[in-house]
Amino acid sequence: MAKSIDVTDLDIYYGDFKAVEGVTMTIKAKSVTAFIGPSGCGKSTFLRSLNRMHEVIPGARVEGKVMVDGQSLYDPSIDPVEVRRRIGMVFQRPNPFPTMSIYDNVLAGNRLNARRLGRAEADAIVEKSLRGANLWNEVKDRLGKPGMGLSGGQQQRLCIARAIAVEPEVLLMDEPCSALDPISTAAIEDLIHELKSSYTIVIVTHNMQQAARVSDDTGFFNLKAAGQPGHLVEFNPTKTMFTNPENESTEAYISGRFG
Amino acid sequence: MTAGVIIMVALGAVFVFLAVQGAQGFHTDRSVYEPAAHNFWTYAAKLLFGTTLAAVLAMIIAVPFAIGLALFISHYAPRRLAVPVAYVIDLLAAVPSVVYGLWGARSLASAAQPVQRWLGDHLGWFPLFSGQVSATGRTILVAAVVLAIMILPITTAICREVFQQTPRLLEEAALGLGATRWEMIRMAVFPHARSGMVAGVMLGLGRALGETMAVAMVLSASPLVTLKVLTSDNPATIASNIAANYNSEDNRIQTVLIATGLVLFVFTFLVNFAARLIVARSERKLA
Amino acid sequence: MTTADVTMQTHSLPLHRLRLPQYAVPMVMGTAVVVAALLGLLLGWGWVPMAIVAILLTDVALPLWSRLVEGRRAAVDRLVTALIWTALVCALAPLAWLLIKTLASGIPAINGHFLTHNMVQQLDPVTFKTMPGSGVVHALLGTLLVTLGATIISVPVGLMTSVYLVEYGRGRPIARVITLLVDVMTGIPSIVAGLFALALFSVFFGVGTRMGVMGSIALSLLMIPTVVRSAEEMMRLVPGDLREASYALGVPKWRTILKVVLPTSIGGIITGVMLAISRVIGETAPLLVAVGSIDVTNTNLFSGRMQTLPVFIMTEYQTSTPAGYRLAWGGALLLIAIVMVLNLAARIIGKIFAPKTGH
Repeated sequence: MAKSIDVTDLDIYYGDFKAVEGVTMTIKAKSVTAFIGPSGCGKSTFLRSLNRMHEVIPGARVEGKVMVDGQSLYDPSIDPVEVRRRIGMVFQRPNPFPTMSIYDNVLAGNRLNARRLGRAEADAIVEKSLRGANLWNEVKDRLGKPGMGLSGGQQQRLCIARAIAVEPEVLLMDEPCSALDPISTAAIEDLIHELKSSYTIVIVTHNMQQAARVSDDTGFFNLKAAGQPGHLVEFNPTKTMFTNPENESTEAYISGRFG
Repeated sequence: MTAGVIIMVALGAVFVFLAVQGAQGFHTDRSVYEPAAHNFWTYAAKLLFGTTLAAVLAMIIAVPFAIGLALFISHYAPRRLAVPVAYVIDLLAAVPSVVYGLWGARSLASAAQPVQRWLGDHLGWFPLFSGQVSATGRTILVAAVVLAIMILPITTAICREVFQQTPRLLEEAALGLGATRWEMIRMAVFPHARSGMVAGVMLGLGRALGETMAVAMVLSASPLVTLKVLTSDNPATIASNIAANYNSEDNRIQTVLIATGLVLFVFTFLVNFAARLIVARSERKLA
Repeated sequence: MTTADVTMQTHSLPLHRLRLPQYAVPMVMGTAVVVAALLGLLLGWGWVPMAIVAILLTDVALPLWSRLVEGRRAAVDRLVTALIWTALVCALAPLAWLLIKTLASGIPAINGHFLTHNMVQQLDPVTFKTMPGSGVVHALLGTLLVTLGATIISVPVGLMTSVYLVEYGRGRPIARVITLLVDVMTGIPSIVAGLFALALFSVFFGVGTRMGVMGSIALSLLMIPTVVRSAEEMMRLVPGDLREASYALGVPKWRTILKVVLPTSIGGIITGVMLAISRVIGETAPLLVAVGSIDVTNTNLFSGRMQTLPVFIMTEYQTSTPAGYRLAWGGALLLIAIVMVLNLAARIIGKIFAPKTGH
């Protein structure tokens, strides 16, 4: 069910300010695509435009096309709520709902959509999602406990379980490991490897080595100059990007000459 | 320098002295009972009932509006509208209570009379709406509406603050799952704001309990226990009762009124205290 | 694929969902207004019932239409949005109504005579008949004096208390007791404050005493907590570095407070004081009880009853005569005007004196 995303000439505006300019790329289905680049170059903004989350900020708009399965996400007849239902997101810091148990957290998305979820069905979804997030064995005996009682890495995996419980077509991850310790980070990177057989994954990361480890394709974003919009400098398979980048500034960034 | 400190301590002592003195004044007066052959506590209890009834009715009307308004300012208003609307709501708090009383008695009551008549005619089976509907429209229901308008600003302001403090991350968690705006508010904002909302409601209640003029001017009331809100036999509140009878030359009646005032003070204090406890507890939980 | 997918269903359907057209909301509102207007004209309603019906129609029709086209969840969302906007209108309507009514009924009552005379009976120079009084000057003066008295009591007391709390008393048990007392004072119902002044003076001066200064005392009970709170807040905002710089120069503590802390926070303190004044200037209950009501002008705070504007409004209303009502509305308009001006002035002063930290 995972889909590919075609982006054509996308500009992202906040009011009159152009944050990102002219992005064109194809994100392949059932693969992992990473976005790298220095801070403030628009990679998170671009990621959020893929599920219309940037519209949370008033005055945000786009020009250009984002197509999923031949459908434009920004068509006026498309409800952003529906887009976000199909394209899930995991955030920089884990954000389980504090007043809900682990069980209820996983089901949060499903409960929005389905009127009534039978007990057996709900249990099945919870187990499947928690297994998919590599969290089942650690929490299966305390599903009724609050979600906030877990460690940082576990909370993030809980958020991933919550995201995949609704069976999205694409999973967006905005620097998912930046708030986590190295061991939890490794656990999540392994998880990403497993997930990519079922989902299209797009991940924004500050950590180049992580991008190199985890992704099939990589996009490098940069600013032309201070105060200018961010743009996509290069988009290539990861192997190429890191061994033989086409663009000079890509090479400079990767070898650490700036960042 | 130390003189300054001494003044401070002296003032503190004065506060304490005044408080005790005032309490003493009320205390000694409490031994006198109302001349109309009632037990003081029955008298005070009837008035307390009226006070609570008016306040509770006011809260029932005001709270949904307060929450709705607070949500409007925090989540629904177009950016440019949010600040002016908040300002206007605060303006509601600046209108003196006597003006509210005047407007309630002269404008609202007569305008509301047809509505109350309709309620009495069509829903008269409901105990609240039973009885002979007042011809002037000046009922405890109208007084409760005026009270509701008066306490709206404080409850709205507190709710608005807690709503605005909902962590962005939590809201995005809900939105990222494909929640509509209302669903996001149910999932992220309300659970986070629960104790703040309770505190806001209780502070509004405290205000409604102590309010005098609006009730005194709208109603011609006496100590009564009744749940019929549409009739012209209206239960008095402690405050409105004092305002109605303060001019009596009989010293004993005056002292009784003072005693009821003390009862009101203690009651209001307990409500406000409880509200503060709830706020403190929730702040500790979030910290 | 497990059974869960079958119940989900949605991801096998196209992303494209039917939505209401963008002009849907104005269209429904417009239609509702037209329908309500027609109904109103047919059934002879006033414009207020028509407006109410129009709002009700919009609130019902829009979610229903959405339910048919967009589905249950979107319909609920639209319903809530409609209800919230309705709540806004319902909350603003009484304020507008009240202000319009006060203006409409108050303006006719206000004229030169109204502002310069009191309620003592007048002898008409032309017809030589006695005319009832119709002026408010005694009330205006009374309000001015009583509020002035309250301010004179509460500002020094409040300021000194907050200075103590912020600068000297940190953590000390006395500070906690004082804070508790202030907290208790914020909750005093206004009428109880009046009763307190009444009881106090009846102990010293006999039962039935009424004096302007008693009103001042009652009002200051209500003002002091506000002054203490806002002064405390303002002084806490003064950065510790500022104080320490002063101490480092060898300036004693009390002088630092006087020359550094207070001047820095003075803007906020003034704003707080003005807001406290605007709050108590409209208080009726304590003044009714402690100061009473008369028709003549009395400018002595320490002898006998005085008229104040809020009590004037109340007593004129209680006459239940058209003339009385007229005077009451005139007084009400004056009172609102005074409160609004004070409020506005307080905010402007607050803006002017705001610490220029670029906050």
